[in-house]
Amino acid sequence: MRNALTIARRELNSYFTSPIAYILLAMFAVLFGYFFFSAVAFFVSYSARAAMQGGGMGPMNVNQYIVQPTFGNLTIILLFLTPMITMRLFAEEKRTGTMELLMTSPVRDYEIIVGKWLAGMLLYSVMLGSTAISILVLFVYSTPDWQALLVGYLGLLLMGGTFLAIGAFISTLTKNQIVAGALTFGVFLVLYVLDWVNAYSTSTLGKVCQYLSVAPHFQQFAKGVIELKDVVYYVSAIGLGLFLSKRSLESLRWKA
Amino acid sequence: MIKVEGLTKRYGSTEAVKNISFEVDKGEIVGFLGPNGAGKTTTMRVLTCFLPPTEGAASIAGFDVLSETLEVKRRIGYLPETPPLYSEMSVCDYLEFVARLKGINSVDVASRVDTVIDRCNLGDFRQKLNGQLSKGYRQRVGLAQALIHDPEVLVLDEPTAGLDPKQIIEVRQLISNLSGDHTVILSTHILPEVSTTCGRVIIINEGRIEASDTPENLTARLQGHDSIWLELDGPTDQVESKLAVVPGVEQVTLADERSGRSAWQVQADKDPSVRTALAKAVIDAGWGLFEVRSVGLSLEDIFLKLTDSDPLLDYDSDETDDSEVDEGTSSK
Repeated sequence: MRNALTIARRELNSYFTSPIAYILLAMFAVLFGYFFFSAVAFFVSYSARAAMQGGGMGPMNVNQYIVQPTFGNLTIILLFLTPMITMRLFAEEKRTGTMELLMTSPVRDYEIIVGKWLAGMLLYSVMLGSTAISILVLFVYSTPDWQALLVGYLGLLLMGGTFLAIGAFISTLTKNQIVAGALTFGVFLVLYVLDWVNAYSTSTLGKVCQYLSVAPHFQQFAKGVIELKDVVYYVSAIGLGLFLSKRSLESLRWKA
Repeated sequence: MIKVEGLTKRYGSTEAVKNISFEVDKGEIVGFLGPNGAGKTTTMRVLTCFLPPTEGAASIAGFDVLSETLEVKRRIGYLPETPPLYSEMSVCDYLEFVARLKGINSVDVASRVDTVIDRCNLGDFRQKLNGQLSKGYRQRVGLAQALIHDPEVLVLDEPTAGLDPKQIIEVRQLISNLSGDHTVILSTHILPEVSTTCGRVIIINEGRIEASDTPENLTARLQGHDSIWLELDGPTDQVESKLAVVPGVEQVTLADERSGRSAWQVQADKDPSVRTALAKAVIDAGWGLFEVRSVGLSLEDIFLKLTDSDPLLDYDSDETDDSEVDEGTSSK
């Protein structure tokens, strides 16, 4: 594990010594800010209208009307930004030849992979952490359910982790970052929209597609509900991504 | 220390290394000599566990490169052809990272980094970014990286490539100083390099070991012969027979021919009088003589000799596996 941490530390350093981390954080902050603002603006105008009509609709819930849609939109940002985190992870090392250093050091393959995935997770956590500033504002003017909020963050972490693991795997496949990035984005998009099939097909295949899709599993998290099947989905997807990465590194040796 | 037995490595259908075997004892410095594409890098990659062998086996300090990779990797310092540097890291940070990666205790990291920085003369460059270094310094950082955990075995792939003459001498000295405690295997395509640093030379070509001997023995073999460049104008068809009968001449080949002039490559005894005799033969025949000079034998010539099984330089080293010598010089 010490080796994995050593690799994660170096990887994280390289994110922050290059513009990558700053560009990602800035883009994320702007997009999240926009989504958050529009959700709040909608909530304010909607609640004003409800008050004028005499409050027949019952009390409005901050979690339901602000947190939930904002987190839902946030998953779309992930779709675009996580490939930028993962595309360089292995592709860059393969291109510059530093992969040779890692692979001839007394380090196990899984330590390399976990280290890199961990670095991606840490950068992603920093991104998620930056949203807390906006969310905390809600506590000033209202009393959101903080437990549901934490569950939402847990869901985001799991979903991001899934993307990062799959992205890391795709990055092991090529020397070219652009190829890795484009392929990763494509795969994410397919995984994200896979459940649309369910709209016009109720067959078994439709159900399978819905289960495989990353997006539906987040819905319960956004509501503040932890369902075992969703946790199992994300954890096994992360496991699969990391396992495939390991296999890919091994095959690198055999076919190189 | 290093033992390679019947090693074969195939990339798809091409065979990069063909059934080679050799051994390196503890404390030896062995030079791997060969033209580009001879299989030097592939062999080194197998030794460092970067690539698995297709057939055969290799072991470092008794640990197999295929089944006991971690043990092997712990004992090996490896400088690949291109130094594996992270360009956005400073020299010092980079070496610290490698030290940790190689499993050095956190307490010892700083002192190990200081030691190798000192050893590779990188003192003024501690805080420089790897990406800003010139080729020569990148090479030194690469060397420092390979030395950081004080490995028993050092595998250096062309350690002096891209260095200026002064740096080459420094690196050679550094490598020479390593003998005794460390076993070093280095690859190069420069002949003088091995003769100054290595105790033994393994010549490899097209994936096969052609010879394995001390540099002294190798050069002694070569010193008995000379290669002479001769430029003259005369009827091409007659020149060859005329020159071949000059005493001491062993072989005459046409190297170049244009506008009535022809250039000849003559293999002869090391005796300088052969050149005078050649000149005399040309003058006597009434042809014009433009140039006579001794060109010596380059590494390329040695390869030609070794691979073409020329009787001139027939090589039978007792240190090479018999089967390989037979393959290399089969038509003798």
